[in-house]
Amino acid sequence: MSIDRWRSFGGYPRVVDQRVVPVWWRDDPLPKVAAPVTLLPRGRGLSYGDVCLNEGGTLLWTGPLDRFIAFDPEAGVVRCEAGVTIAQLATALLPRGWFLPVSPGTALVSLGGAVANDVHGKNQHRRGCFGRYVRALELARSDGSRSECTPTRNAELFRATIGGMGLTGLITAVELQLLAVCGPTLELESQRLTGLADLFAHGAETQRHEYAVAWIDASAPLRHLGRGVLYRAEHSREPAALAPRAGEFGRARARVPCLLPSGLARRSTLSLLNRAYGWRAGRSRPPRLVSMRSFLFPLDSIGDWNRVYGRRGVLQYQCVVPLADAQLASRELLLRIGRSGTTSFLTVAKLFGTLDSPGLMSFPRAGMTWSFDFPLCAEALRLCDELDRTVAAAGGRLYPAKDARMSGAMFRAGFPEWTQFAAYIDPLFSSSFWRRVTRGEESTR
Amino acid sequence: MARIVIYGATSAIAEEAARSCAARGDTLCLIGRNAARLTAVADDLAVRGAAHVLTAVLDFEDLELHAASVADAQRQLGGIDAALIAHGVLDLEANGDPAALAHLMHVNFVSAASLALRLGQAMRAAGGGTLVVLSSVAAERGRRSNFGYGASKAALNVFLQGLRAELAPAGVRVVTAKLGPTRTPMLRHRPAPPLVASARRVGRGVARLLHRPRDEAYLPALWGAVMWVVRALPEWLAKRLRW
Repeated sequence: MSIDRWRSFGGYPRVVDQRVVPVWWRDDPLPKVAAPVTLLPRGRGLSYGDVCLNEGGTLLWTGPLDRFIAFDPEAGVVRCEAGVTIAQLATALLPRGWFLPVSPGTALVSLGGAVANDVHGKNQHRRGCFGRYVRALELARSDGSRSECTPTRNAELFRATIGGMGLTGLITAVELQLLAVCGPTLELESQRLTGLADLFAHGAETQRHEYAVAWIDASAPLRHLGRGVLYRAEHSREPAALAPRAGEFGRARARVPCLLPSGLARRSTLSLLNRAYGWRAGRSRPPRLVSMRSFLFPLDSIGDWNRVYGRRGVLQYQCVVPLADAQLASRELLLRIGRSGTTSFLTVAKLFGTLDSPGLMSFPRAGMTWSFDFPLCAEALRLCDELDRTVAAAGGRLYPAKDARMSGAMFRAGFPEWTQFAAYIDPLFSSSFWRRVTRGEESTR
Repeated sequence: MARIVIYGATSAIAEEAARSCAARGDTLCLIGRNAARLTAVADDLAVRGAAHVLTAVLDFEDLELHAASVADAQRQLGGIDAALIAHGVLDLEANGDPAALAHLMHVNFVSAASLALRLGQAMRAAGGGTLVVLSSVAAERGRRSNFGYGASKAALNVFLQGLRAELAPAGVRVVTAKLGPTRTPMLRHRPAPPLVASARRVGRGVARLLHRPRDEAYLPALWGAVMWVVRALPEWLAKRLRW
């Protein structure tokens, strides 16, 4: 239980020497540590790799910080402690007509984690990142200070903290601007994609929809490269849609009881599952009403679903490549995966828009983003290094929240702002990720 | 839409119970030692749907203040439908140090029993009510690891048994909630014991008891079976166990 609880979502890398200190109240002082022991805030631990791990250090677990502080039902502004999850927020406030303007693929993440990774959602092209809707943050630092950071007050620290991977201090409270919605349903349409050209051809018109995301069959044969399904959805405007109850977000209907044998997740089985999904979902369908839960957070209904990858875990790979070379680069990525001895279980492609985030280290930028997940094995690690070459050549970058293995050079090339960011890091805060990608560089810790 | 008083409202279990009550739209009066923490809990409950949330600071150890505190809550709420007594301490020093033991007995037993008495009297005068008091499975068998704590809760259990009988004719329900180990700040310095439950799960169970009282309840219910076995262990065996 405890081992499972403090690993990362992907289960790789594994950390053994790590202390956990729960933060029970938002005015609790930070625990005293002396260098080289460092602190790292930890929300729900749903980052795939090591941004939520701190080998040899202390995790400040914000699970107990799950209180609402204030809610203005007129303006749709809510202030909560940082450990409140998107699921808890949506469960409480959706029945009152307010929802998160941006929600990532799982509602189980904490708001602090959503800020620290500046998460994005299926509507990134329309709404940008999570950080755009953060009105204020309360930040506790190891020097004992507590500061209110807003776009105008402590603005530099605010920018560094959004997407700052928890390194600038402990976020104790988050104030958000919510989005008014008519009800808990979406109008969803699906469109069959025959190949990569199809995906890119639909790009421009898709940007008119609130939500748009494509599922791609990464194990498709060469002549069908990039086949999949494009999903587009709008918030339902029919008042009738208010009728069904929003229900409880983040509640699992079934649960994977234990780690399954790692050998189950192999190329043959994953190809078969992809084929089966494509066969079931892979046709064009007219708009229909679906619940927000089923479209925005499909995997939340299966608890601990990452256990299907077994003890070895899963390697997630999410990159963004600038639009100019996106189609060529995308083709190369899929070809490299096709040639490898493994395959991606769940492949998602999405066109990012140009909306800027206030975050200094935010991942999204205009272009095509791909996310793959590979059952962890030597072959997958080798494949990811290959994919890096394509992404780097196209001038793209990888998403730290999903990464467990990129080289320091790859990170620093993708995020040239890192030197500027390093100045805002709390001297007693660090993470396994940060040490890994800045190793051997000046101003590392 | 019950009117509920909670003593020890900033404890993790009481807070979760209060959330369940808030979701039903109850009116709550929170009483605790720390004003800032009470406010944090009260703000949260207000957003979660509580009809109204009041707070009051009380030093539980000062028995003189109990009667006034109950009267105050009763006046402000316009009557008390249910009350929860949830404050308590776990101090392992009490296994060896008489001063620590005296303090532990005073907080866990004397002050809780005194509040139960005052609340019981107020409810009897008002013609009924439900009083839920948090106790522990540790009360059911003295173990070498925490018999000081267990003794304080055992005294409380016996006291509540008598109070339950005395108040039953007046329509006052006295509920002993026997909690298994729960993930709360009380256990922060110790490794997680076996079968530890989440505060949310236990808190929901406590809220159920507030609305639908029973005489005694184990939370989670599994502990009923576990303690049946634990009580049945012969002493010659129990004294050899390292637990």
